[in-house]
Amino acid sequence: MNVPAPIAMLAELTYRCPLSCPYCSNPVEMAAREQELPTQDWVRVFEQAAKLGVLQLHLSGGEPASRRDLVDLVAAARGAGLYTNLITSAIGLTQRRLAELDAAGLDHVQLSLQGTDADMADRIGGYKGGFKRKMQAAEWIVEAGFPLTLNAVVHRQNLHQLPQAIEMAVALQARRIEVAIVQFHGWAMLNRSAMMPTREQAQEASRVVAEARARLKGQLVIDYVPADYHGDYPKRCMGGWGLSGLNVTPDGLVLPCHAAQTIPTLSFDNVKEKSLSDIWYDGAAFNAYRGEDWMQEPCKSCDRRKLDFGGCRCQAMAIAGDPAATDPTCIKSPLHGKIQELALDFSTDDAAELVYRKSP
Amino acid sequence: MTQNTTNIDPDAVPLIPRGVRLHDDNVRGKMVLLAPERVIDLDPIGLAIVQQIDGHKSMTTIIGHLATLYDAPAVQIADDVQAYISGLLDRRILELSA
Repeated sequence: MNVPAPIAMLAELTYRCPLSCPYCSNPVEMAAREQELPTQDWVRVFEQAAKLGVLQLHLSGGEPASRRDLVDLVAAARGAGLYTNLITSAIGLTQRRLAELDAAGLDHVQLSLQGTDADMADRIGGYKGGFKRKMQAAEWIVEAGFPLTLNAVVHRQNLHQLPQAIEMAVALQARRIEVAIVQFHGWAMLNRSAMMPTREQAQEASRVVAEARARLKGQLVIDYVPADYHGDYPKRCMGGWGLSGLNVTPDGLVLPCHAAQTIPTLSFDNVKEKSLSDIWYDGAAFNAYRGEDWMQEPCKSCDRRKLDFGGCRCQAMAIAGDPAATDPTCIKSPLHGKIQELALDFSTDDAAELVYRKSP
Repeated sequence: MTQNTTNIDPDAVPLIPRGVRLHDDNVRGKMVLLAPERVIDLDPIGLAIVQQIDGHKSMTTIIGHLATLYDAPAVQIADDVQAYISGLLDRRILELSA
């Protein structure tokens, strides 16, 4: 097939993070600080990414502000011509550091929101005092003139705060809010019973988002990731495997998506050994589920295969035990009944406790 | 670009806000607007419109310039320019100066 150049790259600069959100998308087994790529390796990767056709660079983690060289990395990324987006909890961002990031050319800040008050946010983030610091940092971010996006991960324990989260985005003068109902990968897989929304909550969230989108048109852009287990069709995961985005881990592995390491049959190349271009076009992991050749029925002959590419490979692995199976979210999957049952069981487990992420 | 959208005040001045940049995508051979989590492909007409937006020219002036550039009556292109800019305003890719 004719492989397009990637548009976006997620650079997970470090797995270190002061927060311990129970839905963190990082793997449960994480590389330690000593294995993190040094500054010059990241700079080389950014230059290779820009030449390859990447336009958008998302600097993430862990908490990217935990990297002492963050300002230098932003400057290098901008220098390479990349649009630089900082995905942060804002813990570790001071007014002075924001001014340095501004001077380095940072384009945009995406601030995570664990809840709309200190009780909720500090409990979900596992960091006392975090909410207060975050709100202070949000003011600094806006004062410095950065365009701001709030990123609210919502789940059974905080979905009732969704209307306030949207109002908070308006009050903070954010241009965008991303409302993502928790996706079950990484640490969230350990928290399905504590975080799975009820079907009613999932429907209410869609209603709240639709109402707010109409009311706030031209004022606030709302991106929405609906509740996966309660859906009838799978998400268009990553815009197609190996078609639009790639992810580099703190220790330099290049993944087609952040959860790809849960597929045990895949092996991943490292930027320390190969160029990003070689990895994107010729890497075994990227070619494993590119296009349609790998598909089974019912995907293979389905009209929707060009819309959703069969859904999420990691979810097929997690629920069906086969990464080439139809995503069980799909009503055409023989396991659709099972995922509905799981959703019901998990969402009614009121005794479940949160399992917090641990930093390496 | 034919959908009916809210009209922008002819004296209003559109601008490309911070966080949105015109970028020469030389890998794909086209001009794009880079914005938060968005890449807006610009066809030749879109590019011509965006290149007129400098934070000083009003809608009327922009439409006048484009009419001259394309040798077309201003009334004829006004709707298309309005619709294009208002679509980007709705998505917070452009703003009107205060």
